[in-house]
Amino acid sequence: MSGAVLLNIVIFVPLAGAILVGLMPKNRPELARLAALVVTVVTFVLSIALLVQFKTGEAGFQFVSHRRWIPQFGVGYTTGIDGISLWMVMLTTFLMPLGVLASWTITSRVKPYFAFLLALETGMLGVFSAIDMFLFYVFWEAVLIPMYFLIGMWGYERRIYAAMKFLLFTLVGSLLMLIAILALAFAARGPLTFDYRSLLSTPLSLSTQRLLFLGFFASFAVKVPLVPLHTWLPDAHTEAPTAGSVMLAGVLLKMGAYGLIRFAIPLFPDAAREFVPLMMALAIIGIVYGALVAIVQRDLKRLVAYSSVAHLGFIVLGIFVGTIQGMTGGILQMLNHGLSTGALFLLVGAIYDRRHTRQIAEFGGLARSIPILAGIFLFVLLSSIGLPGLNGFVGEFLILVGTFFRYRWWVVPAAFGIVLAAIYLLWAYQRVFQGEITREENRTLRDINLREVAMLAPVVALIVFIGVYPKPFLDRIEPSAARVVQTLRHTSVVSGSSSAARVP
Amino acid sequence: MPLDLPSVQLGGIGPEITLTVTALVVLVADAIVGNRMWRWYLAAVASVGLVVAGALAIAAWNTSKLQLAGAIANDDFAVFVKVALAVFGILTVWVAREYVEHEAIEESEFYALVLLAVAGMMLMAAAADLIVMFLALETFSIALYVLVGSRRRSLEAQESAMKYFLLGAFSSAFFLLGIALAYGATGTTNLYSVSQGVASQGITGFLGSTPASDLGLLSLGAVLLIVGLGFKIAAVPFHMWTPDAYQGAPSPVTGFMAAATKIAAFAAILRLFDAILFPLRWDWRPLVIGIAIVTMIAGSVAAIVQEDVKRMLAYSSIAHAGFVLTGVIAANDQGVSGALFYLATYGLTVVGAFAVIAVLAGRDERRVRLTDYKGLFYDHPLLAGALTLFMLSLGGVPVTSGFIGKLLVFGAAVNAGYAWVSVIGVLASSVAMFFYLRVMVVMYMQEGDEARPASSVGSLAGGVIALCAAATVFFGLAWGPLFEVAQKATFFAGG
Repeated sequence: MSGAVLLNIVIFVPLAGAILVGLMPKNRPELARLAALVVTVVTFVLSIALLVQFKTGEAGFQFVSHRRWIPQFGVGYTTGIDGISLWMVMLTTFLMPLGVLASWTITSRVKPYFAFLLALETGMLGVFSAIDMFLFYVFWEAVLIPMYFLIGMWGYERRIYAAMKFLLFTLVGSLLMLIAILALAFAARGPLTFDYRSLLSTPLSLSTQRLLFLGFFASFAVKVPLVPLHTWLPDAHTEAPTAGSVMLAGVLLKMGAYGLIRFAIPLFPDAAREFVPLMMALAIIGIVYGALVAIVQRDLKRLVAYSSVAHLGFIVLGIFVGTIQGMTGGILQMLNHGLSTGALFLLVGAIYDRRHTRQIAEFGGLARSIPILAGIFLFVLLSSIGLPGLNGFVGEFLILVGTFFRYRWWVVPAAFGIVLAAIYLLWAYQRVFQGEITREENRTLRDINLREVAMLAPVVALIVFIGVYPKPFLDRIEPSAARVVQTLRHTSVVSGSSSAARVP
Repeated sequence: MPLDLPSVQLGGIGPEITLTVTALVVLVADAIVGNRMWRWYLAAVASVGLVVAGALAIAAWNTSKLQLAGAIANDDFAVFVKVALAVFGILTVWVAREYVEHEAIEESEFYALVLLAVAGMMLMAAAADLIVMFLALETFSIALYVLVGSRRRSLEAQESAMKYFLLGAFSSAFFLLGIALAYGATGTTNLYSVSQGVASQGITGFLGSTPASDLGLLSLGAVLLIVGLGFKIAAVPFHMWTPDAYQGAPSPVTGFMAAATKIAAFAAILRLFDAILFPLRWDWRPLVIGIAIVTMIAGSVAAIVQEDVKRMLAYSSIAHAGFVLTGVIAANDQGVSGALFYLATYGLTVVGAFAVIAVLAGRDERRVRLTDYKGLFYDHPLLAGALTLFMLSLGGVPVTSGFIGKLLVFGAAVNAGYAWVSVIGVLASSVAMFFYLRVMVVMYMQEGDEARPASSVGSLAGGVIALCAAATVFFGLAWGPLFEVAQKATFFAGG
């Protein structure tokens, strides 16, 4: 099967699964569960086939397919992936079966739950595979609705507030991006088109570039999120059901970083270059602020949520430093963060299932009652801190090295952020798992069960694999990353400038 | 002296005549046959009349001619609007079929009034003369005043009909004064025919015969015309009647008003301002921009605090008038076609939404508060699903037609150099999203309402809801053909 067809199958199999689940009888929840698991596993297997066919060393889009959609408005159905989106697609398909396994404990309204979860997957895969910008926007927004329902219907106490906040924050950003997309498409010469590859060569005045960059940035900065637009994140992540948190932290945040790499920088390189100091400052603020706030959290899930703010700061730093190491590290770190933080949310969810609380003060000494879960928790936590030999180290090291080449002193606060990460995560571990058991109800907890082994083992394996042998990942990322770095540093599309010849 | 009699080709107003005759047939049939026949025959007769009127309108597609002494412009623009009106009329009749029964509304009168209103609106879309436009305006307005008050058991309905009538009469006076001023400036009420020959001044049509010294007077007239039409589209600050009228009117009528009145009044605005008064756009545009901005913001913000669903959608329809006005501001082909697309698809969505409300409202429309929708998803998953779709479309979420409409009008404004108006528009629409989401919160995320009577969805109303839901998705995915038709309909007679 050709890769292009396969890619579209991967995108739409989950949606077909969602419809299938929606049509299932209401009184057989186990069927819906099983179907969701099968569909997500099948999607993952198909995406493996995609990975195998992917040609290493090429920077451009592969598996490109194009269909006319709305020719009257220059809109096409165009999909394809490059080394950056490849890993985002893989991350999505990989985390999804784990999210389904984590959702085994959902007992109310099972059918719509899995239907929304599967629909969400199609939206996320579409975001990473769309080359047509109209299509991209459609998928971008399509992700919001299922997630809104997942948080609002199956979340915890303050779920409605969190769902509303999540959707409205994101919506304001993405609508501003919509205006920028329209303005860009109208500014391009020739017949109206929304094809990303054609729009890349649009000459724009510097002032227009700035405005349009900010339009795109509004959308991506909310999603990443960059401080001070992050306030939706702790609420949404904390109130969402486990699988929702995994998808939010694992994939949805990456959509923001991906958007910066794919659209904001290559489309408006001159403006992006101008904004580099601001972006780096925001990234550093995110790293330090996220870590500091995480330290004082009393809710374990909220602590993990704030750690995402800090980690995403690292990723944005890597994206904007303008070195290949930084960009490659940033993209690898997107993958790493998805795995580590995703696993942390799975673990917090597993503990919540046992104790029905997330308050750190309620725990203590859990390592005595659930030693295996505690061990895995420590392992994932160390990967999140960036222990050498585990995945987080590779990404953070590359980002710091990349930053050092160009902005020596910016490394200091960034490295300080890693120390802070060690503080909040290890301190949390100490309070939750070590010491004597202080509460009677913590003494009799069940340790890990088979379903949780199936859900956590793949992540643990991958964390070690990337930590020890990151080459296959880096090899595929680097050509595409190098091209974006080249654009950020050297390309100019200012209208009238002679260097408008561009590296797409 | 031989009189110069204009040639009267009644074919030019064929659809309107058809509707008027059908209205009379419905009334007479009810008087003679009564209810001895098949229950649905009155609705069937009304539907047939609307279908024939729509077909007659389509027959004029691509002919673009001025008829009846230049008083009627059967251009593609008018055809587009007329067909949309016929569709809205049919859907309204179907939604009302079961509704009128349990609300004890006289069925034949109801259909006749809907038919007459559609006739007036169609005339409005084709009016090429300000007097005809006024005639059309009054025809459909009077029919609507009565329809709004047709729930005779309800004091609330009486009150809203009265308010609507008084304020409507007031706005008609403004409109009439606007016509008088325009006549004073140009010496004619006809939009096209008079002055094709004076093109040497660079301005053709209606404006051609205006001496430069009278352009100020014409502008003043234009302002008053905006006031009169702004009342009908429910633009701020002429929107005061809307919440009351929408709340008090029978739900099928509310849907009809939101869909049909809006497209008819906007047809007049688009023709007057984007075609005829296009050369004066530097005079009227700032005013319309101001109206659009306050309309978008006020409508969206005021809707947030509403607890009555119909009232909430009334404010939402005010906000939508503001969104469509951004297409008017653009004053380019894209703006006009975008506005047409927007109005046609918005109409289908809003008719569907009010059909759901009508079904759930129960006897005397007692259950129209937001709290009455608690846990609706668990009792009526399909109704809740349809309403969700309509809310998402009104909010402008992709894969629904509402998104495409907004995309087109905001895009037109961006292209015309008014990106900042579009930015205000999208910010207002994210505010608006809040209350559409509230409906979903209530339906999905709150516990069910034990007291909810099992509402039975009649087959006709259910069919309308399904049709509107299908249209909302269809025009959100495969919107190309309709967009193309709207683009073709952007050519005005003589323009």
